[in-house]
Amino acid sequence: MKNEKKVKKPKVKLGKLEKREARAGWLFVLPWVIGVVAFMLYPLCQSFYYMWFNIRITPLGTKYIPVGTGNFTQIWLENPEFPQQIVTYLWQTVVEVPVIVVFALMIAIMLNGKIKCRGFFRLIFFLPVIIVSGPVMNMLVSEGAATIPAMNIQSVKSALDSFLPHSMAESIGELFSNMIMILWYSGVQILIFLSALQKIDPALYEAAKIDGGSQWECFWKITLPTIKPMILLNAIYSVIFLSSNEQNSLITMIKAAMFSGTKEKGYGYASAMAWMYAVIVTLIVLLFFLLLGSKRDIYDRQVKRHKREMKKEARTVKKIERRGIRNAKKIQKARQKRNYRTYDGSGDY
Amino acid sequence: MTAAATIKKKFNKEKLHRFVFGTKEKEGAGKQIVVYGLLICIGFVYLYPILYMFCTSFMNRDDLLDSSVKWIPSTLFVQNYIDAGKSMDFWVSLLKGVVIAGLPTLCNVAVCMVVGYGFARFEFKGKKILLGLLIFSYILPSQVTMIPTYVLYNNMKLVGTLWSFILPALFGNGLNSAIFILIFYQFFRQVPRVLIEAAQIDGAGYFKSFVKIAVPSAGPAILTVFLFSFVWYWNESYLTGLYVQGLSANSFWVNLVVQLSNFDTSFETMAQTGDAATNLNECVRMAATALSILPLLVMYLFLQKHFVESIDRTGITGE
Repeated sequence: MKNEKKVKKPKVKLGKLEKREARAGWLFVLPWVIGVVAFMLYPLCQSFYYMWFNIRITPLGTKYIPVGTGNFTQIWLENPEFPQQIVTYLWQTVVEVPVIVVFALMIAIMLNGKIKCRGFFRLIFFLPVIIVSGPVMNMLVSEGAATIPAMNIQSVKSALDSFLPHSMAESIGELFSNMIMILWYSGVQILIFLSALQKIDPALYEAAKIDGGSQWECFWKITLPTIKPMILLNAIYSVIFLSSNEQNSLITMIKAAMFSGTKEKGYGYASAMAWMYAVIVTLIVLLFFLLLGSKRDIYDRQVKRHKREMKKEARTVKKIERRGIRNAKKIQKARQKRNYRTYDGSGDY
Repeated sequence: MTAAATIKKKFNKEKLHRFVFGTKEKEGAGKQIVVYGLLICIGFVYLYPILYMFCTSFMNRDDLLDSSVKWIPSTLFVQNYIDAGKSMDFWVSLLKGVVIAGLPTLCNVAVCMVVGYGFARFEFKGKKILLGLLIFSYILPSQVTMIPTYVLYNNMKLVGTLWSFILPALFGNGLNSAIFILIFYQFFRQVPRVLIEAAQIDGAGYFKSFVKIAVPSAGPAILTVFLFSFVWYWNESYLTGLYVQGLSANSFWVNLVVQLSNFDTSFETMAQTGDAATNLNECVRMAATALSILPLLVMYLFLQKHFVESIDRTGITGE
């Protein structure tokens, strides 16, 4: 008797338990949900609303003057700085993020080998994470400490300018002149790659070696596919880091516009700027996601192609079958109508 | 004779080749040299700005103008540090900076842990949407939400107080909270479910099993989140200047990084009143920079192991 009850009980109560667990889960997550609504979604909507207004703070209170798309035309047509900065930012991010990621991967692979003093090198390469803050960077850059001393920046820049469009050449030149800063931004990425590399099963490499694979092949066929999700993670991290970094002049511009005393600027104007900026950051993230995010590798792709072919075959088989049935029906109908016999494969003709 | 010599030569060549390029079992010395060389070079490039900063900060004006002095100052000129420290109000700013970074960090750790546990342990409707929202909140630049939030704080009279940092942190929306929630989420997923279920069979409620089982096992993750959150809050000057300092020059809350960003003007005014023994030059500015990163540098030297191993232990790279 007792045993039966015990067996039956969970089946009946499972739904309740699940419900209770779900409730507990919501309870645990609740503070964050409130936070997201209060500090993200609500302000997001509000700044979307602000975008269409010219907001003036007067002694009598805040005045909202609807201007329609006036803020945007102001930004794009009358303020030459913002569009220019956006283009530079776009180029800079698109150029710098791959540099950061590839550099981090290189360092991580070097540190992953059999190396003495690995801890010491890790210490050095992680050090910048502690230091990078806007003002410190500004100071170092303005004193020229961010340039690799042996590099002749001017010649690099002029060489680039001769065969690339100007804005692109400028951002690449910028990359060279602030090389150390860009290397400095890859501290966290190096550690992420390193811990991903250390989790790859050494048996894989052994098997590849036995089959005659060189280290070069091992890198392309084992290491890279395994850490591919980490590449995406690091690329996105780098984009976000660069976009919220105070070296980025766009965000200081937004802040300046927010508190500027002039008639046409203000909260509404700054909101419009911020929204456009957010859209561009999201687009860049999306770009990297599309480039690196496909989970399939070569084998998966082959499997998928094979499956697609199988499906196609099955479909044609079905089509033929269906056509056969249809034809059979037609023939039957015709036979009934005209009442003459055709050979249907059964019985005598 | 000649045949033997050629054989010997050939043999040596092979040996040399093996020594430099290595065999399948053993790495060659050539590769090792290249790797070490690269690492040391890049390491130097990494440290170059810091070395430059410290060297320059000890120079006096004569050294700065003297072209024969490039790296090592002729005298250890400490006056730069004294002046810069006075201008930045070093000790007070340091203490305030610790409070500004510390309190929100504590809230961040506590709340992110609870939320991360909620995501990792329970299954509920809408969990996927919420996780998507979490990642979205990380990608969204803070500038979009900054303006209405500032207006909100202004109406609540929170601008210029520490509450403008603590309040979002209490609701899991502090600086980079999304990353920390994800770290805890990853971490708690690795804690065996059986442990928690065993506690529940013994009569512990959801909250009690969280406090008694999950929290004590989350030591590494807590340490990681604490350190990173502290460092990021410490280095955040954009939002600190906006919310906590409230963009006013004589605000109560100010930290070293914000002081550094206003360093030029504050030093000028100090020099005008005659308190400074030196003029504003790059040595003083470098000394100020050095002062503002020194506290974290000291902390890093003591806790470097925890920093460096942190990412390994939280399992952010997934299993």
